[in-house]
Amino acid sequence: MSEWWTYRLEDFLLFSPRVYWRMFELANAAFWPLHLLTLAAGLAIVLLVLRRPPRHGLWIALLLAALFAFVGWSFLSSRYAVINWAIAYVAPAFGLQALLLAFGGAARGGLAFERRDIAARLGLLIMAAGLVVYPLLPPLFRRPWTSAEVFGIAPDPTAITTLGVLLAANGGPVPLLFAIPLLWLLLSGLTLHAMGDPQAWPPLLAAGTTVAALALRRIAR
Amino acid sequence: MIITRRTFVKAAATSGAALVLPGTAPGAPPAPVMRAVPSSGEMLPAVGLGTWITFNVGDDPVLRDECAEVMAAFFAAGGRMIDSSPMYGSSQPVIGYGLEKLGRPEALFSAEKVWTSSAADGPAQIEQSRRLWGVPRFDLVQVHNLVAWETHLETLFAKKADGRIRYVGITTSEGRRHDLFEQIMRAHPLDFVQLTYNIVDREAEERLLPLAAERGMAVIVNRPFRQGALTRQLEGETLPDWAAEIGAGTWAQFILKFILSHPSVTVAIPATTRVEHVRENVLAATGPLPDAAMRDQMAAYVRNL
Repeated sequence: MSEWWTYRLEDFLLFSPRVYWRMFELANAAFWPLHLLTLAAGLAIVLLVLRRPPRHGLWIALLLAALFAFVGWSFLSSRYAVINWAIAYVAPAFGLQALLLAFGGAARGGLAFERRDIAARLGLLIMAAGLVVYPLLPPLFRRPWTSAEVFGIAPDPTAITTLGVLLAANGGPVPLLFAIPLLWLLLSGLTLHAMGDPQAWPPLLAAGTTVAALALRRIAR
Repeated sequence: MIITRRTFVKAAATSGAALVLPGTAPGAPPAPVMRAVPSSGEMLPAVGLGTWITFNVGDDPVLRDECAEVMAAFFAAGGRMIDSSPMYGSSQPVIGYGLEKLGRPEALFSAEKVWTSSAADGPAQIEQSRRLWGVPRFDLVQVHNLVAWETHLETLFAKKADGRIRYVGITTSEGRRHDLFEQIMRAHPLDFVQLTYNIVDREAEERLLPLAAERGMAVIVNRPFRQGALTRQLEGETLPDWAAEIGAGTWAQFILKFILSHPSVTVAIPATTRVEHVRENVLAATGPLPDAAMRDQMAAYVRNL
């Protein structure tokens, strides 16, 4: 790209806000009532984190892996990439995250959820934001309920809830698993910002809080 | 270059892009101003239809139908040129859907682009675009933003020689790479150039628009409303009384009339999602256009707001 310094964020925007939010409406209509199942999976993940039954790390990793693979295929590849060609290059990252989660969870000494520090508590808050708060956002931003973003169906709440889970996790593969959800939320926030949409701040806030929690944990060591 | 009344009249007379106001049958909508493509003499309505952002609606059936309605209104108002690019997401299949729905209007003047940094991929991309539009051939193919322009121009001139496209062009936007753009205009027998020009972005007046007239190249103007930002900015301002002298009833028409009154400009391609706007845009190319003195007055008025 020549004269790259003359480009603004808005120059990379290929679609209108109306088309963007209609995409969620159509996805919701196509997949309803699968939302109930993905939300139940989210609730199960929270309970597994809190109760820690045998092999909880593996189950959490497998549930998240399945949802990342599903969102990457059903939303990013099948819908978003149609209006934004750049997403065709991003969608495989969701597949990679699914693989990392599955292998990380299955590996010896994979994911464990023994942390009870401030960062882990912030993680629980972030999980709640991704699972409960995110689907409730539409009326706050004057959008119809039908455009709600739901965990396991839409990428932002899926990435946010995953970050919350990871903040509560320990184990060898954990540091590797932060990168893709964080980068996704940065991309999503910047896209919404370029659209002039006030909903740009929730994904950026979630990513920022996660980074701050990780920094706090590092300082506390 | 500052346009005086003398240079304005001279350029209009010599550019081959002279203004033609066709007669209008009683009761029919006013016919838009026609401009000649200098390299062929073919006449085109001076307002076309851009598809950047507005036609990128994906597989959404409701929004696809809305785009088809915009296209229907555009053709009904006398429009012909629709411009797109492989860069514009799903705009190409949405145009194809609209054309199919409208029974493939004969009036269509298809303007496409080649946009790939791999020169070898150019022909396959053009063929893919053609399939998405569902047209037998493109009227015009342009090298988008000068990406891999040397090889793509070779491909396009070969296609023109074989009759697989009718015209060859290059594009830029928002004032980028004007130096290289000028060099290519001087070195190659282009039929069309596409650039950004409007009442506040006037850099093209200095070299590119006069050069297009000198070299006999048609000019397509993109981003006439700065992607809607200009009309939104002017929304709350009062249109001057004297705008009525040129039949400009809205800011969009005021801006379009300014653009179309430059003698080197052939077609402006505003993009819209609304039927009433497409009608309003085409209507801007009817009736009187400002002369050089009024153009100065228009630019000064907007500058001082």
